[in-house]
Amino acid sequence: MAINTAGTMTPKRPAGTLYRGREGMWSWVLHRITGVAIFFFLLVHILDTSMVRISPEAYNAVISTYQNPIMGLGETALVAAIVYHAFNGIRIILIDLWSKGAKYQRVMFWVVIGLWVVTMLGFAPRHLINVFSHVGGA
Amino acid sequence: MATAVADATAGAPAPEAPIEAFTVTLIIRRFDPDVDDEPRWQDFDVQMFATDRILDALHKIKWEQDGSLTFRRSCAHGICGSDAMRINGRNRLACKTLIKDLDITKPIYVEAIKGLPLEKDLIVDMEPFFASYREVQPFLQSATEPPKDKERVQSVADRARFDDTTKCILCAACTSSCPVFWTDGQYFGPAAIVNAHRFIFDSRDEAASTRLDILNDKEGVWRCRTTFNCTDACPRGIQVTQAIAEVKQAIMRGKP
Repeated sequence: MAINTAGTMTPKRPAGTLYRGREGMWSWVLHRITGVAIFFFLLVHILDTSMVRISPEAYNAVISTYQNPIMGLGETALVAAIVYHAFNGIRIILIDLWSKGAKYQRVMFWVVIGLWVVTMLGFAPRHLINVFSHVGGA
Repeated sequence: MATAVADATAGAPAPEAPIEAFTVTLIIRRFDPDVDDEPRWQDFDVQMFATDRILDALHKIKWEQDGSLTFRRSCAHGICGSDAMRINGRNRLACKTLIKDLDITKPIYVEAIKGLPLEKDLIVDMEPFFASYREVQPFLQSATEPPKDKERVQSVADRARFDDTTKCILCAACTSSCPVFWTDGQYFGPAAIVNAHRFIFDSRDEAASTRLDILNDKEGVWRCRTTFNCTDACPRGIQVTQAIAEVKQAIMRGKP
């Protein structure tokens, strides 16, 4: 960004401006980000679960490395991603299959956000207390 | 109205408050293929009235400041679909965007629509867009003859079924607002699907299944990710995403 004579900011980068879509576009962006994140979780999850085929001790060793606050916060983020992806997935199904889905897509987006907040309010405190009460011990 | 104008010109003009003009800064994404390697941003200050449109600002720049500014416009009244462009990050028709509806305390960003090859300044190559349009066979096809010396009759309800999608002016605001179209330009795009919808749901047409087959492609309706950018961008207010959803359902049913 450079300041020109008119006192306005002229972007130096030749790329265009970010497209300013509304709820629909941002719900899709979030859906894609959470989808890719969940995919990578599943990849790791299948690998660590398959350890039980090698030996239960190897499985326990891997799982015990997850018992720390950083993974605890990661689990919170994972649940947050899955809950959004699940509720927004229902919204997308309704847009495609319910005749009034497209009309109410914006309302449904805010319902998704509302349900996400309620679910996370139920989950996050319970989970984080559990995670951090084990810090330093057990 | 006519008499009021006649009186004003005939009699002494009443002292009127001057209409307030504003200095508006437009930052336009310029590209001259003969000179530039990549597009660049250039800003222009123009005196505008609240009732002026972005198209008027572009005219003022072209006529008074820089004759090399290049853009398309034909009717200038929102029917020809020539002047779709990205105004403050959203696809709009320059001739339908009023200065008063924009925040003029900040500069207004104007750039070409995205996803189609940039030719010069605000002009893009529309050929890929029209190629998709032609592919969906956007014309009435019927093997049966109409009643002798009569038009093909259609009930009011049958006509209303596809009324929304008859309004398309092929400005490409929808297709070039679609993130899926931006990625590789292979997707048919909302405009082609809207124009297919117009004939698929026309009771007089008999080629609906052909069009449903064409759109049941991996680059067809299933690439729609329901971002609703097209519905927001349409200058004609067509419920584009709704139309695409109806085509998806028709494909699943196997008939309109």
